[in-house]
Amino acid sequence: MDRIPILRMGSFLLVTIQVDLYDRLALTLEADLVQMVNKTGARGVLIDISAVSIVDSFMGRIVGNIASMSKILDAETVVVGMQPAVAITLIELGLPLKGVHTALDVEKGMALLKSMMDEDQETDQEEIEDGPVVE
Amino acid sequence: MSLKINKLLQKKKKNILELWMKNQLADEGLREDLISNEELRSQSEELIDALVSNLGEDNFENVDSDLWSPVIEILGGIAITRARQGFTPRETGNFVFSLKEALLEILQQETKDDAAALFAQSLRISRVMDSLSVVTFETFIKGREEVILRQTDEITEISTPVIRVWDGILALPIIGTLDSARTQVVMESLLQEIVETGSSIAILDISGVPAVDSLVAQHLIKTVSATRLMGAECIISGIRPEIAQTVVHLGIDLSTIITKASLASALAYAFKAMRLEVKKIPAGQR
Amino acid sequence: MVLSLSKDTIQVVKEQDAVFLKNRVKETATKIKMGLVNQTRLITAASELVRNMLRYANGGRCDIEVVSSGRNNGVRLTFTDKGPGIPDISQAMKDGFSTGKSLGLGLPGTRRLVNEFDIKSKIGEGTTVMVIKWANG
Repeated sequence: MDRIPILRMGSFLLVTIQVDLYDRLALTLEADLVQMVNKTGARGVLIDISAVSIVDSFMGRIVGNIASMSKILDAETVVVGMQPAVAITLIELGLPLKGVHTALDVEKGMALLKSMMDEDQETDQEEIEDGPVVE
Repeated sequence: MSLKINKLLQKKKKNILELWMKNQLADEGLREDLISNEELRSQSEELIDALVSNLGEDNFENVDSDLWSPVIEILGGIAITRARQGFTPRETGNFVFSLKEALLEILQQETKDDAAALFAQSLRISRVMDSLSVVTFETFIKGREEVILRQTDEITEISTPVIRVWDGILALPIIGTLDSARTQVVMESLLQEIVETGSSIAILDISGVPAVDSLVAQHLIKTVSATRLMGAECIISGIRPEIAQTVVHLGIDLSTIITKASLASALAYAFKAMRLEVKKIPAGQR
Repeated sequence: MVLSLSKDTIQVVKEQDAVFLKNRVKETATKIKMGLVNQTRLITAASELVRNMLRYANGGRCDIEVVSSGRNNGVRLTFTDKGPGIPDISQAMKDGFSTGKSLGLGLPGTRRLVNEFDIKSKIGEGTTVMVIKWANG
């Protein structure tokens, strides 16, 4: 059966979708990706859809699911490279993909994930510094 | 009926043409600047040829019949060309009306002694020529509409320039009324340019838009949302106080959109978002 | 007045047929020089409708036609199934309504993507959905 490869890049996962997704392939990707996030403890997921020409409500839902599931596992999802025609169609369909971060290309997506990690760390630090003091 | 119209046409073809040409050339409205006499002659000849060779006695009055279609095709072609060349409706109409005059004159010569036949035949010729003028006007107007449509397309294309104001910042000033079709073009060219230049911020300046109603606002929101899906940010600038008033009165929610009063403040925002700084250099330092 | 210029019928019974259908719709749209964004809208609409047909009616058939209204050319898709039918069409056309477990964007979303949309359904007999997308519109 067809599978979409998931690449590991440091603490991030990269998925490049090269074919138009059909339903079962999308469902497999969802399951594989969540497994991978859990197994590798990845902090971010990059989904590159620059080669995808059609995203309908089902695919949109899968992307949304991946983002929500990853979020629970403490990983942020960034969708990169969406084609203009796909973006317009998704908006008209009524699917603004709330909760999913977006970036123009993989490089910018990676930078976005890194900046989110940095902010995360800063707040973590502050929390520790301002945290309750045991007397 | 003793007199056959198609026979008469065939016999008198040359005379009709000459008379018709004479009528046309005598007309004050003749546009020698737009059409040469030779060209006019060949157009006229073509039409008479079609008229003579396609028409029998039976189908003469039935303009809808198939035999008429070559005539109508030629006439339509002439009307469309004239519409594009900039003839007025009157000048185009005269082309057919002067043929009618010529036909009636020939008919009169042929039926000198037979008043009843003259009356009956001129009625038929009138009817037919009137139908032909209707066809002429219809096609003429269609030709003009095509010209207008083409111009509309051109205007839409010209009026949506996407400007690269900085590395990574695009601006699109919109001037004139925004309707659905235009917004479509604006949105598509903006999004395409974002992909091509890899710009992460786009500024949509609406200072040249006379009014914003709920439909326009909806289009703007759509453009902003689509830009976000692609991974860029879209700022709306150039919102005049009147527009702010109407937007609130109409109950349109623009809170999800970044709005700025002027293009300058939108640019300042964009610089800040990209961590760029514009500084004044103190005098004496270079 | 909408005239049909050519017609092509595709039977849809399994998921792979949907891929074939989408390709055929794309070919047809390209043939009449439909712009990329409108093509994407049309194919996405087809994708939604064919999924509905597979999910609720176990398949059906789709007619792909090139149509003309004088000045404008377009593509008409007619999805016909012999499924259970839709009890309340006006409810099914509302955003966020779904009997299956989906976002309920299928029908109302599809209507926003096309120029003309028509749905007829009879309980126990089936559903017909017709959409038209004009090349420039």
